[in-house]
Amino acid sequence: MGIEGIGARVARKEDKRFITGKGRYTDDMVVAGMKHSVFVRSPHAHAKIKKVDTEAAEKMPGVIGILNGQQLADDGIGNIICGWMIHSKDGSPMNMGAWRPLAQDTVRYVGDAVLIVVADTKAQARDAAEACIVEYEELDIVTQPDKALADGAPQIHPEAKNNLIFDWGLGDEEATDKALASAAHITEMDIVNNRLVPNAMEPRAALGIYDDAEDHYTCYTTSQNPHVARLVMSAFYNVAPENKLRVIAPDVGGGFGSKIYIYPEEIVCLWASKRTGVPVKWTADRTESFLTDAHGRDHITKVKMGFDANNNIVGLKVDTIANLGAYMSLFSSATPTYLYATLLSGQYNIPAIYGNVRAVYTNTAPVDAYRGAGRPEATYLLERTMETAARELGVDPAELRRQNFIREFPHQTPVIMNYDAGDFEVSLDAAMKQIDYAGFAKRKKEAESRGKLRGIGMSCYIEACGIAPSQAVGSLGAGVGLWESAEVRVNAVGTIEVLTGSHSHGQGHETTFAQLVCERFGVPMDSVSIVHGDTDKVQMGMGTYGSRSGAVGMSAIMKALDKVEMKAKKIAAHLLEADEADIEIENGELKVAGTDKSVPWFQMALGAYTAHNLPDGMEPGLKEGAFYDPANFTFPAGCYICEVEVDPDTGTTKIIDFVAADDFGNIINPMIVEGQVHGGVAQGIGQALMEGTYYDPDSGQLLTASYMDYQMPRAEDLPNFQLSTSVTECPHNPLGIKGCGEAGAIGSPPAVINAITNAIDNNDLTMPATPQAVWTALHNKGGSRDDKNQFDRHITKAAK
Amino acid sequence: MAKVSLTVNGKNVEKDVEDRTLLVQFLREDVNLTGAHIGCDTSQCGACVVHVDGKAVKSCTMLAAQASGCEVTTIEGLSGGGDLHPVQAAFREHHGLQCGFCTPGMIMAATDIIKRHGTKLDEATVRAELEGNICRCTGYHNIVKAILDAASKMDGAAKVAAE
Ligand code: FES
Ligand code: FES
Repeated sequence: MGIEGIGARVARKEDKRFITGKGRYTDDMVVAGMKHSVFVRSPHAHAKIKKVDTEAAEKMPGVIGILNGQQLADDGIGNIICGWMIHSKDGSPMNMGAWRPLAQDTVRYVGDAVLIVVADTKAQARDAAEACIVEYEELDIVTQPDKALADGAPQIHPEAKNNLIFDWGLGDEEATDKALASAAHITEMDIVNNRLVPNAMEPRAALGIYDDAEDHYTCYTTSQNPHVARLVMSAFYNVAPENKLRVIAPDVGGGFGSKIYIYPEEIVCLWASKRTGVPVKWTADRTESFLTDAHGRDHITKVKMGFDANNNIVGLKVDTIANLGAYMSLFSSATPTYLYATLLSGQYNIPAIYGNVRAVYTNTAPVDAYRGAGRPEATYLLERTMETAARELGVDPAELRRQNFIREFPHQTPVIMNYDAGDFEVSLDAAMKQIDYAGFAKRKKEAESRGKLRGIGMSCYIEACGIAPSQAVGSLGAGVGLWESAEVRVNAVGTIEVLTGSHSHGQGHETTFAQLVCERFGVPMDSVSIVHGDTDKVQMGMGTYGSRSGAVGMSAIMKALDKVEMKAKKIAAHLLEADEADIEIENGELKVAGTDKSVPWFQMALGAYTAHNLPDGMEPGLKEGAFYDPANFTFPAGCYICEVEVDPDTGTTKIIDFVAADDFGNIINPMIVEGQVHGGVAQGIGQALMEGTYYDPDSGQLLTASYMDYQMPRAEDLPNFQLSTSVTECPHNPLGIKGCGEAGAIGSPPAVINAITNAIDNNDLTMPATPQAVWTALHNKGGSRDDKNQFDRHITKAAK
Repeated sequence: MAKVSLTVNGKNVEKDVEDRTLLVQFLREDVNLTGAHIGCDTSQCGACVVHVDGKAVKSCTMLAAQASGCEVTTIEGLSGGGDLHPVQAAFREHHGLQCGFCTPGMIMAATDIIKRHGTKLDEATVRAELEGNICRCTGYHNIVKAILDAASKMDGAAKVAAE
């Protein structure tokens, strides 16, 4: 490894612009003639639109136009769709209701867009939006997924009877029932995985620009996958043909999944730009983000895990209700099915597994993939159940896990996944050592002397990422392939541009991707640029989510680099009159091995472009592209251990120590990987301790729609994290890497809750474990609580 | 309309703005300094922090008109046109940023924290003082590290300068 090559802690190339305030986010964009827009949204969770009157609003200062859903329909703009087909157990396709970018007859959640108001300034648009009169006839509502399935529940979409979108199963139910019937011990749990709001710090935004001379559209948008946005807006929403639509995702301020999807606003801004003749910008305010960004999680699950007399797991049965909200977002059907039930084997040998998932509509914001997407839900239920089983069986939770670990690879689970590499014991041991697991009893005692309840909890997670083999996901219902593309352009002076279909919104691609090039050709970091995020510049690509940019995106770059290397060596061999096989590339030079003959990299590149002296028949230039389709998912895994202290008087939990031992395969830039883990663990701790999304069950109003009511993890809520990594290489990609983006958020919530329930000696605790919830659990041992739907308004720290 | 006249990063700026214009909007839209970001509507995220007369202020909590007559420094002017400010450099060195959206506000808040606490700054104080700044990407780990390192380097530099 060189100082800038693979494995080096290279400081990020992209940082300069961010630390000097020169980042360019969508809301920073200004184009000539640009106007501002505000959406008029439904204040009701479910209602018929009776009448829309915009006459007075249209006459207000600065107003350019107020547009509605009928006009949108007249112009042929299509429904927003879910791109992953799921079939129910009976073979019927999922029941997808219509989602209009601007609602026409019915609104189905608070925040559903009804009108767009375009005006000279944002303030004017807001004033006019407030003057728009929309008359509604309120309908009955339902916000809770279990209640939505009940007979007589309000019907949200005519297409989905009883609000059931699908009733899907994975695994062998008969074998699982049999295994459980023979079990010596069964651990049963009711698990709630709380709804979360992703809360990327940059609110979503869009700028639609229509050029009538060219009949061409440009969209700046906060997207994790601009090409997918273009494809979907073109092929399904009928905004414009792909060659007439340019999508640019400039600097994007965090995504975490919520910026994968194509939302009504970018479609409507593009369309409104044509209708009004001006570029139209929209930027969400924070409450709008709370209301309309796709939320995450929201599962209710019954679990049964059976053990034989020797504490080996014999079977696992899971029955889940997944709340998908009022409409099916782009990947909403995949998240609680193929990204969830396929991970139910965890790190364990489980001979029989059956997962049943019913997805339902409710009058709440759409739910889709959020950091981890399905895998946190699987991990949470498994690791809570393992911990509980250990307590019931009276064995050490670490040893129960260890005993059931999968030890041979490849390992075929009963739920599709084929784990190709791993060593779960190594991470378990590393985490136990780092936290001094053996010394816990002493620390607990010491805490007791201070009046504190100390607890320890662990979680052993595995995730499937590097999403995903195209053919495999196609056979499971995906509407797209999940390969990635790259193009490597060597310029005539030897500098290099790498065009990637991945998109960086904090992951540091401009640095790690460049490290691959530095490693390969020995050229300096400054001579390499990474280009991404613009459909006019970059060839078709699939974007960044599912921890795929390393395992899939970088693999595509490696393939393209192979081709460049091959041609460069041919040119050098020709120039040096040597055999191609003898050429080595080192420190920016192409050398004939074992001699002092060499040609500098830049000279070889210049030679490729002057084309004065190339091998016979060789095309001039040096530019190569590649598409990479992975052979399998990758399987990062690890062990997280959390130690907490609970104050019995207040129920407040303090995280004393958090240890993360991960196996991500090979690592390109450890500094960036650590940052990903820090952020992921922080989000997981947020879910476990404080982040609760509450809809009022009677009105459907989102009660936690600002930072006043939705508690985000702050610096003081978190400890310094102790990290370590071990390596088993991914056998099927050229770098042997697995990905690290989601692990932290997947592995941490059960570790935290296991630690708190250990501290308070009561297992009856749901997330978020707010001081109120913990206090109640501590003082109501054995009592029954129903806090899962209760609005638990905790006081957030007031801003300074 | 209000007449606003103030200094931004050492330059005089004079504009007529609507009375309700917030300082952050004024900076972003009228002065074209988009480093201060808007991350919330309730003055809690801290993405918009700038210095007003030398103190860290959430520029979304203040009307542009209230800043009239003040000296405002934004992230764009923090280094005074020279190399990176030590806090900026420390954020880069310690990977204290990922998506960069919270970063300008974090850095402006951090310089103020260091100024107020000087050598007495420790991890617990930094974490407590960051109460008004939310980051969704970093888990704060490296932000805290960067601020502590910048504080010790700035302290060292101040001592050298004093000698
Ligand atoms: S925008 Fe000022 S605190 Fe959030
Ligand atoms: S770096 Fe993204 S919010 Fe802080």
